[in-house]
Amino acid sequence: MADRVAIVGVAQTRFSPRRADASYAELAYEVIERVLAETGLEIERDIDNTISCSHDIWDGQTISNIGITDVIGGHLRTEEKMAMDGATAVYYGAIGILSGEFDCTLLLAHTKMSQTNRNVVNNVAFDPVYTRLLGFDYTSAAALQARRYMHVYGISAEQVARVVVKNLGNAVRNPAAFHGQRVSLDEVLSAPVVADPIRVLDIAPDADGAVALILASEEKARAVLDTPAWVLGLGACYDAHYLGDRDLAECMALERAAGMAYRMAGLSDPRRQIDLVELGDEFAYQELLWLEGLGLCERGGGGRLTESGATAIDGALPVNPSGGLLGGVPANVAGLNRVAEAALQIMGRADGHQSPGVEIAVAQGHSGFCGQHHCVVVLGKEPR
Amino acid sequence: MKRQVAIVGGGQTYHASRRHDVNQVELVNEAVRAALADAQMTMDDIDAVLVGNMEFFEGCHMTDCWLVDGSGAYGKPGLKITTGGTVGATIVVAGAHHVASGLFDRVLCIGFEKQEEGDTSAILSAVAHPLFGRSLAGAATGYFAMLAASYMHAYGAKEEHAAMVAVKARQNARKNAYAHLKLDISVEDVLNSRMLAYPLHLLDMCPISNGACALILADEQTARDRCQKPVWIRAAETAHNEQFELDWRDVTTTKPIFSRVCAGRLYKKLGVDDPATFFDVFEVYEPATWAEIIWYEDLGLCGPGEGFRLVEEGKTEIGGPMPVNPSGGVLSTNCIGASAMLRIWEAALQIRGDAGEHQVPKDVNWALTTAYGGTNWTVMTALSRQWEE
Repeated sequence: MADRVAIVGVAQTRFSPRRADASYAELAYEVIERVLAETGLEIERDIDNTISCSHDIWDGQTISNIGITDVIGGHLRTEEKMAMDGATAVYYGAIGILSGEFDCTLLLAHTKMSQTNRNVVNNVAFDPVYTRLLGFDYTSAAALQARRYMHVYGISAEQVARVVVKNLGNAVRNPAAFHGQRVSLDEVLSAPVVADPIRVLDIAPDADGAVALILASEEKARAVLDTPAWVLGLGACYDAHYLGDRDLAECMALERAAGMAYRMAGLSDPRRQIDLVELGDEFAYQELLWLEGLGLCERGGGGRLTESGATAIDGALPVNPSGGLLGGVPANVAGLNRVAEAALQIMGRADGHQSPGVEIAVAQGHSGFCGQHHCVVVLGKEPR
Repeated sequence: MKRQVAIVGGGQTYHASRRHDVNQVELVNEAVRAALADAQMTMDDIDAVLVGNMEFFEGCHMTDCWLVDGSGAYGKPGLKITTGGTVGATIVVAGAHHVASGLFDRVLCIGFEKQEEGDTSAILSAVAHPLFGRSLAGAATGYFAMLAASYMHAYGAKEEHAAMVAVKARQNARKNAYAHLKLDISVEDVLNSRMLAYPLHLLDMCPISNGACALILADEQTARDRCQKPVWIRAAETAHNEQFELDWRDVTTTKPIFSRVCAGRLYKKLGVDDPATFFDVFEVYEPATWAEIIWYEDLGLCGPGEGFRLVEEGKTEIGGPMPVNPSGGVLSTNCIGASAMLRIWEAALQIRGDAGEHQVPKDVNWALTTAYGGTNWTVMTALSRQWEE
């Protein structure tokens, strides 16, 4: 790309199952204050665009960015809200800077899942005419996808359970995660079934929290710090809505989003060039399926890749060293947390879960059940 | 912006309070097909699809995901933005940034609302802060009643002045095939209509409409190669007001407020000294009659307290020197997620000379549009017929 965009700062709340002490605006304030302090940037002087990412129905308030206009610095200034997974906020924020219209953009994602019931919220994401009345939620839809995927590619329950063991183990090392624990394969495989084949530990737990991230143009970024995480590639794509219109074992939208992002980043051989992945493991099987969609292994190869140990934090291709969403990250915040974690790895600031020598990292987030909309962001230590 | 961006096509639905014949996907599809036909394009030409809609109004989470069959987003990049009444304009600005970034050449922008499937007034009372504002449950009517009372008190305007705006809007709407409220009404009819909250009568307020609007934006090359009458997006500005800064409903406030700040920035960008003569037509987002009068003043078409005089003198009629909302405006058609985009599309039609019966009878080279949403937010755009350096 002619001009360049970089991530210059990241702040995350410690995620928690319940933050009854803070409203979503207070969670937002917490991370915005921190990211400004860390980067030395000031809203009035430096930030010329702000984008928040949340969903009105999760927030229980229509046009819910009304609740954070003050803390995000939106008063009498440019402020937008998007209702997507947080990775798409990075995609959109970067487009704003590449357009030449903005120089420095503050991104925020926030959700308090404790304030409502995920099953009810998920259910109204299904079309009101045909599928909502069946009582679907994301978990029951995911069960269909998991079954289909396991059937088509011969993925075993053990291979999926290895994702849980790995990610919950990684989360122990991540101070922002709350769901970290050392669990055995047996414990994962004998946990209560929620929607066959999905068991309790296969599901990202409810969480409250917020993430703030600052994107800047090259000139601005270089003025803030020497080692920003450069945004090398961006991609997004929608799949069909109705489950019956998709082959749930395939992920066309992710393949296209990844293709777009890799082309932009100039990655000709992503399997060799990508050092680390942070992806949306809302359900454990999705880590395997999304790795395939990202082109990081052959179709049906996600299970074997995980068995080989390659995706472990010290493996050849660490996947979700942060513990991923299984480690406890709120819905919608999920994708911004993925990009933030990938950026921290590039910057060498991932505390207890840092992987050595990360030059290129890829982050993925999805919106909608069974990953209807995917967004892929490629980050690099060096600009292209 | 790094690349010039033009509106190369657009379309809208016929707006109505009942559209039981279509679901949301089909409603949106009507506008998308109209826009593609207008641009002489197919979905194969479109690089990305952006959607604006407030999910709570219809009680549908992630409407953009449900819409893919109607929006054409299947297999394409896209996203959804929700900034209240402003969203139709926010989506167009987002589309312009997509094109200007160089990553996309042709972007489809969609705004819609199917209000009959929810209860917008009830949902809008939940816009307010859950602890400090919600129990007032004022929604839009309560808010504009306070604004109107303040204006009348400060400047001596009468209910009749607002009624003249109501008549102008609905008479203009009668010339617009797509408008919702095509009412042959008089000032007396407005004054005799039911009182909602003093001084607002039923006919002082916008309707609850179902409808959609879609625009196709393109880069300069596409615009010049494939479009007979491209309309250039010359500048756009956004300003949001913080929710607890609302004491400016005292219209005499000297505090900086969203509308004046936003117009000031836009004019500075374009070097506009006298907006009343610089722009040939205005499409403003007026959910209530009084809001239009106050827009005149906040946009600098007249001085403070003089807005109602412009109405009295007929200056903002279709044939007047500064026509405002020849389409009939939001007072005649309010499908919220589409309303701000309709302002831009109607302004573009005026520039193209394609507005039909409600075309203003003069050359239109420049048009100004405003949006209105949230707790007093606006997005303004300036459009032009020519791109001269």
